Amino acid sequence: MSDSLYQEIILDHYKNPHGRGLREPFDAEAHHVNPTCGDEITVRVATDGATLNDLSYDGQGCSISQASASVLYELLNGRRIEDAFAVEKSFVELMQSKGAIEPDEAVLGDGIAFVGVAKYPARIKCALLSWMAFKDALSRAVATTEGGSPS
Amino acid sequence: MAREVTSPLDVDRVRKDFPILQRRLAGDHPLVYLDSANTSQKPQPVLDTLTEHYTRHNANVARAVHQLGEEATAAYEGARDTIATFIGAPSRDEVIFAKNASEALNLVANTLASGLADDPRYRLGPGDDIVITEMEHHSNIVPWQLAAQRTGARLRWFGITDEGRLDLAQLDELITPRTKVVSLVHQSNILGTLNDVALIAARAHEVGALVLVDGAQSVPHMPIDVRELGVDLLAFTGHKMCGPTGIGVLWGRSEVLDALPPFLGGGEMIETVAMEGSTFAAAPHKFEAGTPPIAQAVGLGAAADYLSGLGMAHVNAHVESITAYALNMLADVDGVTIIGPDSPVDRGGTISFTLDGIHPHDVGQVLDEHGVAVRVGHHCARPVCVRYGIPATTRASFYVYTTTDDIDALADGLERVKRFFG
Ligand SMILES: Cc1ncc(COP(=O)(O)O)c(C=O)c1O
Repeated sequence: MSDSLYQEIILDHYKNPHGRGLREPFDAEAHHVNPTCGDEITVRVATDGATLNDLSYDGQGCSISQASASVLYELLNGRRIEDAFAVEKSFVELMQSKGAIEPDEAVLGDGIAFVGVAKYPARIKCALLSWMAFKDALSRAVATTEGGSPS
Repeated sequence: MAREVTSPLDVDRVRKDFPILQRRLAGDHPLVYLDSANTSQKPQPVLDTLTEHYTRHNANVARAVHQLGEEATAAYEGARDTIATFIGAPSRDEVIFAKNASEALNLVANTLASGLADDPRYRLGPGDDIVITEMEHHSNIVPWQLAAQRTGARLRWFGITDEGRLDLAQLDELITPRTKVVSLVHQSNILGTLNDVALIAARAHEVGALVLVDGAQSVPHMPIDVRELGVDLLAFTGHKMCGPTGIGVLWGRSEVLDALPPFLGGGEMIETVAMEGSTFAAAPHKFEAGTPPIAQAVGLGAAADYLSGLGMAHVNAHVESITAYALNMLADVDGVTIIGPDSPVDRGGTISFTLDGIHPHDVGQVLDEHGVAVRVGHHCARPVCVRYGIPATTRASFYVYTTTDDIDALADGLERVKRFFG
């Protein structure tokens, strides 16, 4: 069982996280917690409205939540905004699939390793924590750049 | 290494009473159930009582003249007698059935906050203090925060020492003539700490405050006599003491229950109802609006009988010996830090710990894969985690059916966890 949940890829990201640490400058920041287990993550995004110039994060939590943040960074940093949202949507779909969909490696990269996590209802929130914070931060950053200054 | 454990319980026989302990889990692992502080397993006599009730005696209580109605009423009220005896209540009318400990605690907080009591001692308002502790379950924090918000009363609390004990240095400064109610946990569900309730109650009574005790973790584990405890109100929950879910108890001294206004309104809690207003039944019915959890109360009575059959002093001694054994075993696992008292003195069979560098979620998941069921997280006592600067703990908790083999399986499991994430 541990093999399907704790894929080697997940353990690798957990032990050697990519892009970890909060960086400046940034345009929006979101802090999310998982109230049942106390896992926390802060995600920052820097964007000019077209490209995600930086995605940085820091947090504490289980291997699943920490590895998933590392994968988030690896997949989305430097991407175009609409692509980032599309990948985010695809990852959320995967996590809500109960393990029933075949993940597309071309879209999700190392994210496909989380297909096993989708079969553990108690751990889905762990995998989604950083992604939800990211979506929150990016949506706010985009709203600010699009909204411009008042009047 | 061999460590002697002497217990007055014949655990092998006790285990035969709990059918679930025979279960094989995924991977054909036997069940090692170390989550009894969360909910206990149920012995056959309780399961039989529930089935018997529904198959032979099912009817509503207190409102039917037919034979089944009388049987159901007798069984429900009989359970009240059993619980009264179990906790040494001077009167059966002091035993109120609720849905769980949370509801029982909310009942007290809400009735005090409602402002409907005739006697001002039972009305919270500005200038009053509510005193709790930092080691409470959320069920004994949030209702008081809400009560304070509603009434303008102030919420204060005892802190915790590094050793996991209540810091009573400020006893006289925290509990003052402003204090109207002190509500505290008897045995912490996260630290395992057993609190000196009598000492705190004595100070509270000196200043005329009410004392409510959350006995969710203590009533299942030790002989309790409410007269000796020296408190005014005691809340506990059935599912942690071999009973079904959906049933809890609030015990209160008659004088206190008489003075408190009703909690929920509805059927069976009234004396007479007119469109202009109503008068209320006496306790306990005053606090039991609507159809109560009948089968659950009857099941809880069977659970109390089962525990009395084992002998609560024996239950306590068994859990104490298992706890001492477990503390020793865990001390030998590199990287384990106990959160809470690390000696078996004045503590119960609930041990929280951290494992260096490995998140409790991961610990619990890998243990589960070997059939070892523990709880991970903040255990509905987040302020305790904050106090010790940790996000969560892994918690193993014991009961009448826990064996040293279970503890050995835990210790082995922790070694596997370390290898896996090492
Ligand atoms: C100390 C303590 N208080 C209160 C509760 C609440 O019990 P229940 O969830 O049955 O209302 C629990 C158990 O979860 C507990 O351990």
